[in-house]
Amino acid sequence: MNDSAITVQNLSKRYTIGRQTANGDGLRHAFDAMLRNPFAWLRERNRARRATREDFWALKDVSFEIKRGDAVAIIGRNGAGKSTLLKILSRITEPTEGRIDLHGRVASLLEVGTGFHQELTGRENIYLNGAILGMTHAEIRRKFDEIVAFSEIEKFLDTPVKRYSSGMYVRLAFAVAAHLEPEILIVDEVLAVGDANFQRKCLGKMEEVAHGGRTVLFVSHNMPAVQALCSQAIYLQAGSIRGAGDAEPIIGQYLAETGSAQGQFAAPLAIGTDLTLTALELSPNPVENGQPLEFAITFRAERATVLNELSVLIYSLQNTRVASLDLRSCGMPLEATAGQAILVRGEINSMLLVEGEYRVGLFVSGKSVLENFLDLTGFTVRARRNPTGYAPYPAIYRGVVELPFTADLQCRATLRSSATAQVAALVGDR
Amino acid sequence: MHHLTIEAGRTERQYWRDVWRYRELFCFLAWRDLLVRYKQTVVGVAWSLIRPFLTMLVLTLVFGKFGKMPSGGVPYPILVFCGMLPWQFFSTALAESGSSLVTNSNLISKVYFPRLVVPASSVITSFVDFLISGLFLVAVMVWYQFTPPANITWLPFFVLLSFIASFGIGLWIAALMVKYRDFRFIVPFVVQFGLYLSPVGFLSSVVPDEWRLLYSLNPMVGVIDGFRWCILGGEHQLYLPGLACSILSIIALLATGILYFRKTERTFADII
Repeated sequence: MNDSAITVQNLSKRYTIGRQTANGDGLRHAFDAMLRNPFAWLRERNRARRATREDFWALKDVSFEIKRGDAVAIIGRNGAGKSTLLKILSRITEPTEGRIDLHGRVASLLEVGTGFHQELTGRENIYLNGAILGMTHAEIRRKFDEIVAFSEIEKFLDTPVKRYSSGMYVRLAFAVAAHLEPEILIVDEVLAVGDANFQRKCLGKMEEVAHGGRTVLFVSHNMPAVQALCSQAIYLQAGSIRGAGDAEPIIGQYLAETGSAQGQFAAPLAIGTDLTLTALELSPNPVENGQPLEFAITFRAERATVLNELSVLIYSLQNTRVASLDLRSCGMPLEATAGQAILVRGEINSMLLVEGEYRVGLFVSGKSVLENFLDLTGFTVRARRNPTGYAPYPAIYRGVVELPFTADLQCRATLRSSATAQVAALVGDR
Repeated sequence: MHHLTIEAGRTERQYWRDVWRYRELFCFLAWRDLLVRYKQTVVGVAWSLIRPFLTMLVLTLVFGKFGKMPSGGVPYPILVFCGMLPWQFFSTALAESGSSLVTNSNLISKVYFPRLVVPASSVITSFVDFLISGLFLVAVMVWYQFTPPANITWLPFFVLLSFIASFGIGLWIAALMVKYRDFRFIVPFVVQFGLYLSPVGFLSSVVPDEWRLLYSLNPMVGVIDGFRWCILGGEHQLYLPGLACSILSIIALLATGILYFRKTERTFADII
């Protein structure tokens, strides 16, 4: 056998999505028809259902090979097929076509804390979760102390996890997962949780795994983490491979193509089953610091739906969320009928962000969707012209926001002596 | 080195090997359900005694006292309890394993393991309840100073039969419920009617002879009759054609259950 760990050939996955037809006759009519002739009604209904079925290829003809010991990132926008690919690789769902050869024991980590039971104690959950992730009883017992130490929850080991804080919960869950020792490790965006300190610890552990000669497949929107961990990258777009190879150039291509520079939303994107995002524009782009930035979002309602919440999410290139524009106060919830367009126009009154590139996503909550859509577009902030004449510090020293401020500088007698003088005066009064 | 090929519709060969490999997970899931089952209840495990006890009281009153059904020369409570025991096991196993996939949907959509493990472990959980209620039967028999006949050595066989029957139907319902949540409403009905359609509160010999074979298509008829034959003996003779009929229907249930489950299993993660 050669040194490949994963070989994927012509992999495709089809989902069938049913579309609801508008029922013009009304419920009573339908009920009438059903009672009068149930068999005809059933036949009719099945035919209608079949006619409105649609095929959707989540993956189409994907082929690649991963060498043993490589750490490979899978990147791409929401809906590009990353999760489907991971699900097929971890055998949760079957491919429609194609073939995969895996050389080595596979462990996949698509979610932190899968199968944790609220009523069970930390100790019990370690055993349960370990078994679910594919560890044997002996293996878990051997690593038990290590897991507990890593999770830092010694004191609460015999407390039901429902009494844990969310931080403790995540730490325990990751600790179990981190002690898996498969030859191939598949990880999905699990590092997007926990406090910064613990995230660093997790990344460290991942690095250890990746550099320890094991094969790692890593899906993430966190580009710095991807750059730190992975030497190779596969860039998926709309179910096909857009680019594959060394991580650096592929990540560059991805960042460039997700529209960081042009602020133009490229293709229509399905938001749940009811909505399609047809446009997301920011102008002017680049915008100068301190100036207003206009945004325009357009959805098409595929069927009657309700849009409950919508937020514009702004991220730095390091994947830190720097701002979120919550549009609930601007006329939400919004009801739309089939075929209608939902137009959102707005303006950020003053762009306070420090100069640099920013990425933009949306959080949408509606009848059929509750999700973050990241990396939809981006914009550039340019430094404002500086009237004072001094040279500003480089952007990396200045944080993320340029807070408007005023200050007054004076020279005076020291604070302490004036305070003492005041106290003396008060005492004197008495 | 471990090697695995994933291809559309080619996982069958791997499957049964995996079922064996994941036997520990199977134990863990059963253990989890047992641990969780009576958490935050006041009387705890006593529930598995209270439930059959109350049902026994009601059935004895309704069929024995008011209905004046024949008891075949044994105290009516013992007669009822011999039917209750396998029936309660069957109905809880059916309900629990039927809903097991849906209640574990977070597992199904996030990790791989042979899905068969989930309904199977729920049957085990109900089996533990069955054993506890069995102790209660012993207590009732001591109370009435009733000595079981030698037939009792056949009891494990009928326990196994009830096991297979519950598992077979459980598989069907579990697989169907993934797609059609209607079964969430259907199952309580089946359990409710089944109590009266099966010879739990009465003897199956009250069924007219010409209908008896047809009646035995109900898998629980053979099982309950078998339990009575083992524990009560005496006048409770086995109706062999009926038993054969029940065994056949149990085997058919299990075989079709496994086939249907396997057929739909590959899409569970997509539609759950």
